[in-house]
Parts: sequence; C-alpha cells; structure tokens
Amino acid sequence: MFEVIIGLEVHVQLNTKTKLFCSCPTSFNHTQNTNTCPTCLALPGALPVFNREALHKAVMFGTAIDATINRTSYFDRKSYFYPDSPSAYQITQLYTPVVEHGHLMIDFEDASQKRIRINRAHIEADAGKNIHEGDISKVDLNRAGTPLLEIVSEPDMRSADEAILYLKKLHSIVRYLDISDANMQEGSFRVDVNVSIRPKGEEKLYTRVEIKNINSFRFIQKAIEIEVARQIEAWEDGVYASEIVQETRLFDQAKQETRSMRGKEEAADYRYFPEPDLLKAVVDDAMFAAATQIPELPDAKRERFVQEYAMNAYNAEVITSLPEMARYFETMVALGASAKNSVTWLTVELLGRLKNGVTIETSPVRAATLSMIVKRIEDGTISGKAAKEVLDYLMEHDAEVDAVIEKLGLKQVSDSGALEKIVDEVLLANPDKVAEYRSGKDKLFGFFVGQVMKASKGSANPQSVNDIVKAKLG
Amino acid sequence: MTLKEALKLSPEEIAQVREALAQKIAQSDLNAYVALDMAGSGIPIAIKDNIQVQGWSVTSGSKILKGYIAPYNATVIEKLHAAGLSPFGRTNMDEFAMGSTTESSCYGRTLNPHNKGCVPGGSSGGSAAAVAGGLAIAALGSDTGGSIRQPAAFCGIVGLKPTYGRVSRYGLGAYASSLDQIGPMTQNVEDAALLYDIICGHDPKDSTSADIAYAPTAPNLSANRKLTVAILPKYVEGASEAVRAGYTKAISALKAAGHTIVERELLDPKYDISAYYITATAEATTNLARYDGIRYGARVEGDNLKDTFIRTRSEGFGDEVKRRIMLGNFVLSSGYYDAYYVKAQKVRQLIKHEYETIFQEVDLILSPVAPSTAYPFGALEDPLTMYLSDIYTISVNLAGLPSIALPVDRDAQGLPVGMQLIGRAYDEQTVLDGAYSLELQLKTQE
Repeated sequence: MFEVIIGLEVHVQLNTKTKLFCSCPTSFNHTQNTNTCPTCLALPGALPVFNREALHKAVMFGTAIDATINRTSYFDRKSYFYPDSPSAYQITQLYTPVVEHGHLMIDFEDASQKRIRINRAHIEADAGKNIHEGDISKVDLNRAGTPLLEIVSEPDMRSADEAILYLKKLHSIVRYLDISDANMQEGSFRVDVNVSIRPKGEEKLYTRVEIKNINSFRFIQKAIEIEVARQIEAWEDGVYASEIVQETRLFDQAKQETRSMRGKEEAADYRYFPEPDLLKAVVDDAMFAAATQIPELPDAKRERFVQEYAMNAYNAEVITSLPEMARYFETMVALGASAKNSVTWLTVELLGRLKNGVTIETSPVRAATLSMIVKRIEDGTISGKAAKEVLDYLMEHDAEVDAVIEKLGLKQVSDSGALEKIVDEVLLANPDKVAEYRSGKDKLFGFFVGQVMKASKGSANPQSVNDIVKAKLG
Repeated sequence: MTLKEALKLSPEEIAQVREALAQKIAQSDLNAYVALDMAGSGIPIAIKDNIQVQGWSVTSGSKILKGYIAPYNATVIEKLHAAGLSPFGRTNMDEFAMGSTTESSCYGRTLNPHNKGCVPGGSSGGSAAAVAGGLAIAALGSDTGGSIRQPAAFCGIVGLKPTYGRVSRYGLGAYASSLDQIGPMTQNVEDAALLYDIICGHDPKDSTSADIAYAPTAPNLSANRKLTVAILPKYVEGASEAVRAGYTKAISALKAAGHTIVERELLDPKYDISAYYITATAEATTNLARYDGIRYGARVEGDNLKDTFIRTRSEGFGDEVKRRIMLGNFVLSSGYYDAYYVKAQKVRQLIKHEYETIFQEVDLILSPVAPSTAYPFGALEDPLTMYLSDIYTISVNLAGLPSIALPVDRDAQGLPVGMQLIGRAYDEQTVLDGAYSLELQLKTQE
C-alpha cells in the first residue's frame, strides 16, 4: 500500500492599491501595458521602492496562521529569462522571508481536525502575461510587479481531499483577512502542487513531482488523483526510477493527464542573491501592533455561531466559508431576523436563487432586505409561501419589501371579522361536510381550513383560520 | 571657464558660452562626446552616456541600447535643471561602465587630451577628456570601482565619488547597484563642491539613498582646517615611479599646508580585487539581464524565443561585458554561491571595518588613484591586468566611502599624476576641504 505525500505552494495576489515596487495601480482590465512605468518596465536606471502595504498584509497573514513574524526580512533576486519578466529577475525573499513556521487546522466531516504546517510565506513580485496569438506572442506588463504572497506548506497532506481542505481553509483565511481577492479564475489565488508517493510505513521521501497553475479546486483534486495513479502505476510496473523524475508537469484537463513541462536536464539555476537596490523590510512597532490586530477568522466565527445561535455544524460551516456570507448572516440577525430563519432563508432560499455567476456579494437582494422579509414572516404579516413570492419578485426588481407585499396582495388577513365572514361562507357551502365533522369525522378539519385558505387566496393567517374554524364548528 | 564663473553669467552670456562650446566640440578630435544632445538652455554640463536624460538616446556605450530613447530624467538631471544647469552632450564611456580605458565603447575610443596616443582612463573617459580638453565646463560621471577618479587622474582633472547613498542612483543605468555612485568631474575642487551640492540629497525613488542631513559643502569650503591624514607606505610600493614621486610630493604639500601625517596600512589589495569583481559582476549580470531585445533596444530576431535572447545579447554586448556577465553567473551558480559571493561579502565587511578603524584616528587617507599614469591604447588588453589596475580605487566603493581625485604632478612625458583623498562616510566636507587645501598648496609651490 502507498502513502501519498502532498505539499502545496500557493501564490496569493495581495490587494494593495499600488504595485510592490512602484506606484502603478494594481487594477485589472485596463488596456495592455498602460499600468506601467520605468520601474515595472525595467527601463535602464529605474529603481524599486518597497510598498509597505504588502508587508502589513503579510504580517496579518502570519498572525492568522500563528507563525513567526520576522521583524526584519530581506529581498533577493531570482534570475531567469522570460518575456513576461522585464528585468529577467524576480524580486522575492529566499533567505529570510517575512513569515515562517505557521500552521492551520483542516476539519474533517467527522469533526476531527489535522494540523498542516506552513513552512513560510514570502513577498514577491508577479510577472506580466504572455498572450499567444498564432505565430505572434504579445506581452502585457500591467500585472508585472503586482505583489504576491507565496505560501509554502510542509508536505503534510496525505490525500487529494486533505489538499483541498487545506486550500479551502487557506482561501477562507485570506478572504477573511481581506488581503486578497483570492479569485482562482482571475489568477489571484494560484496553486502549485507537489506530489510524491511512498510505501506505507516508510519515512523517507521519494521523488516529488510539481504540477503547476491549476485554476479550480475540482481540477486540483483531479490532477492529484491522476498524478498519484501515474506514480503508483510506475512503481507497480517496476519503472518508478526511470518514469518518475523530479520535474514540473502540467495538468491537461481535456485529456485528463499530467504532462511534462520541462525535464530535469533543463532544471533552472535561479542564481539567487540579495537584492542590492532595496533595504531590509522592517516591521516596526506601529505596523506590528496594527497588523497583528486581525479580524475574527473562520474557525472562531464558526465556533461562535454554533454557540451563540445554536446552529448545527454544517450550517455554521456553510455560512462561515465566505466572509461575505458570514457578514450577510450577521447583518440579517442584527436587523432583527431570528438566527434560525436567517440561516434557512440565506442558505436555502437565497443561495438557491443565485445563478449565472451571481454571488452573495453581487446578490440583488441585500442582507437588510432579506432580513425584512424574514421579519415579516415572523410578525405574521406574510406567510412563508408568500415570502418566497416576495423574494422571487425582489430578485428581479428593486423595491421595498412592504411595498412588494402590498403590490402583490400577499398581506395575511388576521382580522377576525373578515376571516369569520369567509369561514361562515365555507361552512354554509358545505352543510353535509359540517354534519360529517360534527358526527365525529375529525379529519375534515383540515378540509375546512384548506377551503378558507383557498377562498382567501392564501392571504389568511393560517393560525387565525384554525382558531376561528375550531370555534365555529364548536 | 569654471563652473563657479559660469554660475554668475546672465542667460545671454550662457547662450554665448554654449555656442562657443558647441563649436569647439564639433572641431575636436578627442571623441569625448558621442552626441551633442541638449536639454534646456542653462549652464552646459556634459553627461555620461549612462545617466538618463528625457528624450535623449542614452545607451551606456552599448550597441544593445542603440535606438533607445530615455522617457524620463534621472534625479540628478532634475536637480541640474532646478539649479539652472542643463545637460549638454552625451560623453563616451566603457560599455556599461565596465572598463578602465573607455576603449570598450561601441562609439570607439576617446583620446587623452594630454597625449592622444594614450587612454583617457575609464569608464567615465569621455567626461574626463571633455573637461580636461576644454570641451566642458564640468561633467557628471559615475564611479563603481574608480570610474570617476581614475579617468580624472589620467586627464588631470578633479573627480569626486560621493559616499554611497549621497547622490540618487535613480536614472543611472546600473552596473553594480551596491557600488555605483554618480559624481562631479570638474576643473578644480571648488567646482566639484558646487556641482556635488547641486546633485546630492535624499531621493525617495532610490531606496539606498541616505535619508540624513545634507549641509552644502561649497559655502563652507575651507583650506584652513588642520587635518590628520594617513599615508600608506606599503600600499604604494607597487605603483610606478612617477606615481610614487607624486605621492611623496603630495605628502610634502600636505605637511607644508600644516596637516598632520600618520602612517597606516591597509589589507593586501588582492583581497579588494577578488571581493570587488565577485560583487560587481554578480550584480551586473542581473542588472544587464533586462537587455533582452524584447521591450526596447536592438533586437536580433532568432528562430525562436531562446534564440532571439541569445542572438540579441551575443551581438549586442561587447567582449568585456560578456566576460563580466559570465563571471557573475559563475559566482552565483548553485554550488559556488557560498564559496564566492558569500565570502566576498565577508571580505567586504572586513574592508569596511578596516577603514572605520583607521578613521577613528584620522580625517583622511591619501592614496594613489592608479598604479600608473595614462598608458597607450591597447596596453591593457589582458583583462586580468586591467582588473589589477583598479587596486587603489575599488576598496573605496566596497566600503561606500567618499573620495576625491585631484592632479598633483606630471610624469616625465607630461602626463598628469593624480592622488585621492578618502574620507569618512558622509563626510564629503572634510574630503573637499583637504583636497582644496592640497590644491592651493600645490599652486603656491608652482
């Protein structure tokens, strides 16, 4: 039997306003090569100036994973030629990174946990983008110099599932800290996977294979499973030593295979050495004090929700998975909706209606509105069924909850005079059923209530109807 | 005309001076300038071809940057403009400031105004020849391992390498980032102080720029301070007879001016050479990696991407630059990094410490600038011989100290002999005061 060893390197794009070493904006979707300057174009004579906002965010992350924060860290040059790297070296932190020796906990379905160690997190500059169009390759340097935090785990994960749990937890932490958009499709949360296998019981690490830049959790899972299968097959066929070499492979999602990117013989020598254009990065007392005050993290929030709102573990997990979702929920409760109904209306009704890429952040129905709908159920103004109609309407239209209830005529009739009139009409129209009921056929009670609800077109308050029917039938 | 005199001129007079200079430059055969580019209409200052002037084709003397137009001004150029001085002509240099003779420029060699068969020194040979040949009032050069001081000595002018961090490097085409420093090259010490005051100062665009107090040196320039000057008898033994004679002459003049002379020793300069060439080439190899033909400069198309890189760089760089790129890559290679680069940094600390120790007791150190006076073209064809000719200048860069070169004598052929006064970090005032005093004393003796 084999054991799978997985280590992960995640490049998180930090959401600073300006680039890491110049004052160009980091915003996306601008015309190619417009967010550039002499420094990020690496023109002769241009020099880098460190954006300390990136350091602040790195310290926040270090605090969140309970790591050692190096109050003094250093930058190094990593050399390689590629058209998207204007200076042909990347400014990174090899020898002394800002964050070292942290960890996070992953949670299994049976509520058990596992500690995954994080070796380091260091600050570095992103490259630009190459765009290939047939025979022509173009270079867009808008992204060049955007700050990245590279987070390197220890090889502590033993399955693709564990790797995904780690990534989801990491993703959630980064989002809670609001240090990155962490959007996998847009490349602000990029994952490189290191995979090896070994016979169960052995301590030594065998050849590790790197799989680069896979842009969804689903594909990462698949890529790991396929790579593990390849390695096990090679072992069982007796060709492990020749087939499995230390290399970088690409995951081809169409062909469902991993493929060699560059061989060992071309292994790069990055010729690292200290960056002479920059001073050491110092976390002074003021920055340390500010950056170590971090917001409540997903684990703590989840625990709190279970305690404070008597939420079950599953719902707490769902609601705390994204900071926007947790914030949405807390806003609903703060505005007066009960926690229990807020959970249902958020996780079942609202999420069920978000489609076509609309997220909790872009939802047309905001927390205050959904809270109001729940409150209107809770104060008896509308029925749960009517509330769904209100929500449906509000997904399409921008309006006030009460106005919509009015407009759609969904207000429940609790006025006993009006209800009594309807009940009387129903009883009069069904004398035989009344007789049957009175002779002991209790089951018919539901029939009368149903008829009244129908006659009121659903607007009657079911509780009031119950009471009145019961009284009239004596 | 000196800079001090030029600073008193009216705009009309400056226009005449510019006109006259332009004519002289056009008639000169020194090849001190690679182009008579101009920006502004102030007092003309010659600019080394590695300092960015907006709108100029700044090429660091290299074919690989031919056609490149700088889109921004170096901080020193902004400062010149602000002071009423204007970039006037790009001066020749060794390709990417790598050399001691200005022979490696893609624009051909510059001649020494004192003897046209001899090199002007390098790498700021164009700036030195322009000032010495009466083709510039003053010039800017850059000094990574002696590139201001050695050509100043060979051409008989004054050249100041400020403390590392005193003058912004923003806009200086980088050779070795931890060693490079821009400085003035002038006709006399007073002008050096004036031009230094204009270009120095903290610059937020250069992270290594010193954010400390800057007091102007020129208004405080004094030949009357009595200083303690260390001399290095053993260190000087390897120099030529003419240089040793010049050294003795300078010591006598300093004594005559009332300064106290004490004897000290420095580490064997062979350590300087090793530490310097490892550090400088490691930095250079990365600083020059950006010249790949992708975004700007001369591109030589290849069959594929890798081929384009190789052909562009093979054809764009000269031999000396390639040699240093290879050296730098070698010392940074995995398996060699600790043995070379890390060790060189330790030596660098030793050198720094050695200077600090001496400067606890003395104000200045008197040293030759080069082991010889200017030599004929082609004399330093062997690269190692050329590297060894830097022995007296490079430790100053490794330690980041200020040093001024000034002429003290002439050899039998009439070629200038220069000496340098090295000072404490950030103490340009004392360096300039000592040099001013020596300059006046030598003038009196004539």
